Amino acid sequence: MTAGAPIPAIGRDLEPFFAAAAEGRLTVQRCVSCGELRFPARGLCASCLSTESEWTPVSGRGEVYSFFWMHQVYHPAFAGEVPYAVVVVRLEEGPKMMTNIRDCPKEELRVGMPVEVTFEKRGTDVCLPQFRPRDS
Amino acid sequence: MAPFSPTHTAIAGLGITEQGKVYGRSAVGFAVEAVRLALEDASLEPSDLDGIVVNPGLSWGLAGSMGSFAVQQAMGLTDVRLSASLSLGGASAGAMIMQAALAIEAGMASTVACVFSDAPLTAPRPGPGKAAGTASAYAHSGGLETAYGMFGVNGRYALLAQRHMHRFGTTQDHLGAIAVGQRAFAHGNPKAQLRGTPLTLEDYHASRWVAEPFHLFDCCLVSNGGVAVIVTSAERARDLPRPPVHIRGMAQGHPGGDPLETLTSGAVKAGDAAFDMAGIRREDIDFCELYDCYTFTVLVTLEDYGFCHKGEGGPFVEDGRIGPGGVLPVNTGGGQLSSFYMWGMTPISEAVIQIRGDGGQRQVPKHDLGLVSGNGGVLSTHSTLVFGRSAS
Repeated sequence: MTAGAPIPAIGRDLEPFFAAAAEGRLTVQRCVSCGELRFPARGLCASCLSTESEWTPVSGRGEVYSFFWMHQVYHPAFAGEVPYAVVVVRLEEGPKMMTNIRDCPKEELRVGMPVEVTFEKRGTDVCLPQFRPRDS
Repeated sequence: MAPFSPTHTAIAGLGITEQGKVYGRSAVGFAVEAVRLALEDASLEPSDLDGIVVNPGLSWGLAGSMGSFAVQQAMGLTDVRLSASLSLGGASAGAMIMQAALAIEAGMASTVACVFSDAPLTAPRPGPGKAAGTASAYAHSGGLETAYGMFGVNGRYALLAQRHMHRFGTTQDHLGAIAVGQRAFAHGNPKAQLRGTPLTLEDYHASRWVAEPFHLFDCCLVSNGGVAVIVTSAERARDLPRPPVHIRGMAQGHPGGDPLETLTSGAVKAGDAAFDMAGIRREDIDFCELYDCYTFTVLVTLEDYGFCHKGEGGPFVEDGRIGPGGVLPVNTGGGQLSSFYMWGMTPISEAVIQIRGDGGQRQVPKHDLGLVSGNGGVLSTHSTLVFGRSAS
């Protein structure tokens, strides 16, 4: 990724997520009340409206649920990247994550492709989860 | 009192300002001009207005939080009895008509202006660099998604289109057929921004990618301008010079759920409810004006209204079925893909024109019943209207 790519602001809600990512672990939120897994982070469980949640590790494996190739440059850091894929991965555990794909030629990316998490340094402090193809 | 029926109400006036790359004017200014034009069209005076409903576009900023009051003040109106600003994205325009019809039927107001306006396009700066008419207002992003280069709404619909293609075999040719059909209609619309720019399926495929699988011509225009309609009682509308456009059915549908996943809009339930209210069957519809932020939105909406089965929207739109001369004309003024992007007011305004028989070159031969959809968010909010040339 080109220098200057946006570094996510780590608000209090995402601190545990990025702390785990720095140790190479992918986590999602889990409702303490009903057990529903969710991502992205939210303050409220949409199934039971509980505000109690915790971060729980997931396998990091999933499959490509959908994707598109971004051809427009909305941010200068991505000018050298277009077209790049924005990918929705459905984790084995259920939640979906918006991400990019790594180590995958454009013509090989497809819906249903098995993928696994990989971590990418963004700036000096942030480890950003990304996904790459895996053998099924 | 007789039970509520929307057929006691009608659209009596339509105002469309200049559309497109019109710079140096405010969104509120466009709104006021659109209302003035709609009043003129209806042969009514500003003093006849006792209701104002506004859907503020993105560029309204703080004024949008009390958008209807901003219009009232700008027009110097001192006896308004219904005032509301609605924010359901592209479903707002339909919801404005519903709000007006309900208030009129309840005796709260007699003559209501419903208006959308926006001015998100900024003029090109002199010298090299930015292209003319950029609309950075639609390039929003936030949170974690920015880190992955997810900006704007094009990609969100592209993700759904990709799913539709995967599940149902929908093709680029199917999406292209919608773009081509609407462009053909736009040539008969003097207000269309892309009038006179022909589009073949080959041109469609050759156009640049925006958010692949979306080409440039899968995506709506961005426009500065305003559109207003005047809603009043059917009884009063019949006494005015222009032919009334009767509101026959109206319904909303907001299915919720995961916006990354949904391939079904609120049109499923709202369509049936509006047909029931109008006392008609789907087969009675003569033409459709469907919210078309993207070609894909039209395809999904046709499926959801039941013109074909879920997943069969692609084959349905082929072979000119929805274009000029087709059995089900859709977006007869070019829609937001080829005429102008006034959110839900684009389909409503074209339906008014067609019902009245004012379509000129693009007039559809049979125009007794028109179906109008509005869609906001990412298939998140939905409105359905059925307009009729007669009240029953």
